[in-house]
Amino acid sequence: MKLSYYPGCSLHGTAKEYDESTRAVCYQLGIELFELEDWNCCGASSAHCTDEFLSNALPERNLKIAAKSGLDLLVPCAACYSRMMTAGKENPSLKPTVKIRNLPELLREEDNFNRIREQVKTPLEGLKIACYYGCLLTRPPKITEVKDYENPQTMDGLVGILGGETVSWPYKTECCGGSLAITHTDIVKRLTRKIIEMAMEAEADCLVTACPMCQANLDTRQDEISRDEGKEYSLPIFYITELIGLAIDEKKSGRWWKRHFVDPMPLLNSRGLI
Amino acid sequence: MKRHLTNHSLDALVSRIGKTDVLACYQCKKCSAGCPVTPDMDILPHQVIRMIQFGMKERLLNSKTIWLCASCETCTARCPNDVDLAKVMDVLRQMAINSGEPLGDSRVPFFHSAFLSSIRKRGRIYELEMIAKYKLKTREFKKDVKLGIMMFLKGKLKLLSPKIKGKKEIKDIFSQAEKGMTG
Repeated sequence: MKLSYYPGCSLHGTAKEYDESTRAVCYQLGIELFELEDWNCCGASSAHCTDEFLSNALPERNLKIAAKSGLDLLVPCAACYSRMMTAGKENPSLKPTVKIRNLPELLREEDNFNRIREQVKTPLEGLKIACYYGCLLTRPPKITEVKDYENPQTMDGLVGILGGETVSWPYKTECCGGSLAITHTDIVKRLTRKIIEMAMEAEADCLVTACPMCQANLDTRQDEISRDEGKEYSLPIFYITELIGLAIDEKKSGRWWKRHFVDPMPLLNSRGLI
Repeated sequence: MKRHLTNHSLDALVSRIGKTDVLACYQCKKCSAGCPVTPDMDILPHQVIRMIQFGMKERLLNSKTIWLCASCETCTARCPNDVDLAKVMDVLRQMAINSGEPLGDSRVPFFHSAFLSSIRKRGRIYELEMIAKYKLKTREFKKDVKLGIMMFLKGKLKLLSPKIKGKKEIKDIFSQAEKGMTG
């Protein structure tokens, strides 16, 4: 399988381990990724919040480049995915030529799903995982066309074949505060604390996501939250591709953990996974 | 959309730009019940729609609420009458910026302007420059310094600026956006 690949700004920066693990896992599954030539920023939340024209024109330039390749476009960042999907709907002439794909859905496709199952060498036994979808992978359903947007299952299914145990919890699609991280950090800390506490209450050992903003918001502020609240918060926050890489014994996985703020190694060690 | 008082009333304007019908709202408050940011808002989401119906433009455009909305799309996903409230928030933010009046929040608009200026200049986000621009505006120099250093040490902040070949195309897109605003 060949796909165009749109990393977006996050995967080239703050979410480097998401880019690295996506490339590594796709390689192992026989999915060839071709980075979109000369891609530009999709404009993310700043464009749609401030300028209607920009919010469509920026992603459209990428969709036009993708259309030339004739390949489907993989967009692992949930925010970029949402902007591309919206622009695709606004400009119907682009829609039939480029199919925009997000990562959990791609990996849940039968062929890829079976290939992952066959390749699992270190099942994630004893690891209790809260699957966290956040906002933009599933909402708004008229853009994403997701039916179970209040209780999505794509990552839960993937964790299942990796041998991990998913927890049942109600905050799968609660918002982490997204781009308010820099401007209104207190709001983001309150929202992420509630999500982490709920995952802990459901007895999860860690949380898995497929969005760079969710991962960053949940991972980077636990130190501050611990200080504010006077108790320790240290729940590792994984990307779904990192857990797949771990289970299929991807050799490069060691370098991903070093990019995390909450060190996942003590947990993985205690479960005999590294 | 035939029920609007006049074509120039606020509800007609927001409905047209947002491609949604704000008069369809019957105040069930499901949007406010599910909104994660209500504790920090000065006007609740269902009240935003009501105030649009009443034409209370000024009060809405200088509210905090429009800048605190995190665009999580929960309201839009759950509205029983298909009012696209997340989109309405976009429309109100755009109107507020274009109005030239003082804005209800001092940080978020600066963030957006620093973010977009990075795209305009380089085609992609250059985080260091974007944050520097934002901090110069807000004067919050000490905030998140440790976080930034950690990010850098973990290889998550690039020193060199990203470059794309299509810089001119990006500049043209921004010029077109500006023309649209004034024209």
